[in-house]
Parts: sequence; structure tokens; C-alpha cells
Amino acid sequence: MTYLKPLPEADKWSGPFFEGAREGKLLAQRCNTSGRFFFPPSPVSPVTRDGNWSWVELSGKGKIGSYVVMHQKYFPGFGDEVPYPVIEVELEEGVRLLSSIVELGDRELSVGMPVEVVFDKVTDEVTLPKFRPAA
Amino acid sequence: MRDWNYRDKACIVGVGSTDYGVFPETDAVGLGVSALKAAVDDAGITFDDIDGVILNRLPYDRFAEVSNLNTPYLQSTPAHGRFSAIALMMAAEAIASGAATTIALVYGNDGRSNAMKYGGDPNFWAPWGFTSPGASHAMMFRRHMEQFGTTSEDLAHIAVSFREHALKNPAAVMKKPITIEDHQKSRFICDPLHLLDYCLINDGGVAWIMTTPEKAKDMKKKPVFVSGFARQDDFSQNSLPPNDYWYPALQKVESQVYDRAGLTRNDIDGLMIYDNFSPTVLFALEGMGFCKQGEGGQFVRDGMLELGKGRWPTNTSGGHLSESYMQGWALIVEGVRQLRGEVPPDRQIKDCKALQFILATAVAGSIIIRNDA
Repeated sequence: MTYLKPLPEADKWSGPFFEGAREGKLLAQRCNTSGRFFFPPSPVSPVTRDGNWSWVELSGKGKIGSYVVMHQKYFPGFGDEVPYPVIEVELEEGVRLLSSIVELGDRELSVGMPVEVVFDKVTDEVTLPKFRPAA
Repeated sequence: MRDWNYRDKACIVGVGSTDYGVFPETDAVGLGVSALKAAVDDAGITFDDIDGVILNRLPYDRFAEVSNLNTPYLQSTPAHGRFSAIALMMAAEAIASGAATTIALVYGNDGRSNAMKYGGDPNFWAPWGFTSPGASHAMMFRRHMEQFGTTSEDLAHIAVSFREHALKNPAAVMKKPITIEDHQKSRFICDPLHLLDYCLINDGGVAWIMTTPEKAKDMKKKPVFVSGFARQDDFSQNSLPPNDYWYPALQKVESQVYDRAGLTRNDIDGLMIYDNFSPTVLFALEGMGFCKQGEGGQFVRDGMLELGKGRWPTNTSGGHLSESYMQGWALIVEGVRQLRGEVPPDRQIKDCKALQFILATAVAGSIIIRNDA
């Protein structure tokens, strides 16, 4: 079946993030000097303004900082799913991501809900990190 | 820190605007030039008196060609609405420094005819279905709801107040009254934001003429002085919905703008707040200290922003929510007309001497204009 949703437009900075996801790892850049994580992927650390950073695997654990429910049809592939939620995840390491919630079951989405990463292989080439309620 | 030295060094002496709506027969440049022609007439000057141009959303070379306006000073700014404030500040600085004497500031937008969409474009979060400035504000507002107990119904009070103002403004696109219930029942675009929390995309042009206080004396209408302005950018969360409502940046602006203008909040008779989405009205009021952080929802209830009811009538034209989304430019036009006493009596702020423009955006900014300097 054809996957109709937008696919990541990985560039030289975000490429390793999506490559990591394919391998089941949630990655972010960390400034080697200050230890601070930053996201989305960038050429230099916002702390030292230099390229002295490393890709580091995150725990994948965090909590929902906020969320919305998209009702408007903006993207092909999402049209059949409206309304659908998008969550803002605050990861333990201080990184914030926007993502999808999965395996919600009959639980109600709420700010503060603990979540953990899961990897959704959406095409042969692309895996997207998503989040489910943490046990 | 060096002294800030721009108080009352520049005046707005002419304003002009086109109708707002769908005008496929022209384009953004045509709308901008039409608005400028109206502003030039309003100031009682000619195009030959203009020696500087600051454009927003318009291609500078094509604009100069079409308007036949070639000056020694030209600045072109990106399409974001935050540049309404930046353009005004730039003009005041250029006039005060002597870089230019009489500046035409021009905005043109043909987004509606071109089916401009804010959303659906490629972005980092598109694979997860996230897009649009509205969704970003919805994410911020959900956080505000959780953190402070603010509700969607609080936003309804803002939408209703601005609609009441629009009904007194023949130029406003929206002509029908709305109720709190209408707001609550309007469809969700991005929950927690409803349709009536969103601004109105239209074609239109707006222009202002600014000059020195000396030159202003010779012009047709009484000048409106640019008394004080301050700005603090915060793009540190540019790729995500900010989690602080730009509050620290707005607080920095608050700490400067009144001192610079030589006024206090008590001297302010009304507000123009950049209302691309209704939550920014709360963020602006809180950030600028009109109420405590988290109390914006209570503050805007029961007509607090309305003419004849509240202490600080806000967006008396109807604003972006009910007049039209002219990205801040038409709010300044309304402010100038209020300070001149040119609006119909039922829309006039009583004893209007000083007004404040506030933007809660990644460029947090505020400008105080007044008529009695």
C-alpha cells in the first residue's frame, strides 16, 4: 500500500536522526562542552557556537508537555484521520519533540502523561519515532 | 547602557488603506501603491516629498518601478507580521538619525486571491501531521490552559469584543455580531482553537507616512508622535511552539517601553494587540503587565477589552480577528485615526491621547504613540 503522508526531508543535519530511528534509536545532538542537548539538528551548538557536538542516544522517556488535535485537512494521507492528535514531548534530557501518540487505548490524552518512544516503520526506508503511554 | 534617544523624534503624518477582500484584478504591489497614494493625500504631501521607503511583503525593485518612487533610502522586510512593528521602529530610527526625512512605509498583500495557505507546507514536523502557525498557537494555548486554568471560553470574550468593534467599522470584513456560544460552537481548526480564534486572510494594502516633528508642522493633519518603542527577540524555540509564551522577552520590553515614552501604563488610553490568533492577546496582556501571568483569561472577560466598558479598549477596528489580517499594519492606521479623533463617535476612545501597540511574537515588541507631545 502506498504511504501518502509527508515523509521526512532529511538533510545533512537531520539525516542521522532519521538514520538512528531506522535502527531503533532516538538520537539528539549534545554540546560536548556544556553537555546541553539541542534540537532540531543544527550545524553548531547554540551554547558554544562551534561544531564540537556529538550524536547521543536518548532514553526515549519523557512526558507530554502539551498537545493539540488537528481538525483541518492540511496534508494528503492525514485527510482520513482527522481529527488526530499531535503531542509535544518533553524528554528527560531536556529535548522537546513534536510527535504522534500511539497505543493510547481508552486513556485520555493529558498534559503530564509519562510516555516512551516506539519506532514505527512507515515505509521500507523511513521509520518515525512515536510515543506511547509509559507503564 | 547608552541612553535611548528616540522619544518623539518621528511622527506619523499620513495613513492610507485599501478595502480588504478579494481583488484578483490587481496584485500586492498595486494594493500597496493604492494605499500609499491615499496616505500621501492624507498627509497633504506629494510623492516628491518622500525620500525614504520601507516595504513589507513587497518586492522592492518591482515596487519602485511600479510606483515610480526612487529614493536614496530603501529597506525591504520579510512577510512576517512582526515586521509591522520593526518597520515602524526602523523608520523612527532613520528619521531621528537623519538618514531620511519623510519615509513611506508600505504593505501589500494579495494572499487571498492567491489562495495563500498557512499550513500544509513541508516542515520538520510534517511527517507527524503537524503544520501551521495556528497549530503552534494551539499548542501554546493548551499549555497555558493546563498551567493556569485558562479556558477556550476566555478566548471567546476576546473574539466577541473585537467583533463588536468591527460592527462599528465599515471597513471591517466581518459584519455580523457573534456570541460566546457562537465562538464555542464554531468548528475546531486545531483543538483547542476554534475557527473564531483565527485571523482573516484577505487582499489589501496599508501605508503610513512618517517624518520629523518639524516637517510635521506643515502637514495637513495633526501629527501622531512615536513616543517610545522597545523590542526583544527570542527565536530560541523557533522550530517548536515556545513553552514560555515569550513572557521573559515581553517583560524585558515592558521594563523599557514606558520609560522610553516617558509615560506609565495609566497614561495609555487603548491598545492595539497583534491578534493573529486570539491567545496572543492573552500573552501580550500578561507579558506587558496589564495583568499577572496566568490571569489573562480572567482579565479579558466581560467586555474588559471593549469600547465603553473596559479601561483599555483593544483593537477598536475589529483587529485581525474581525477587521482583516493586515499583519499589524491596519492596527496602526486605526491607532492614528483614534488619536486624531477621526473615527465615528460610537467607535472613538474617549479623551484618546496615547495608545500602545503590543506584539507577542518571537519578536516581542511594543510601540507607544500619542497626540499631545
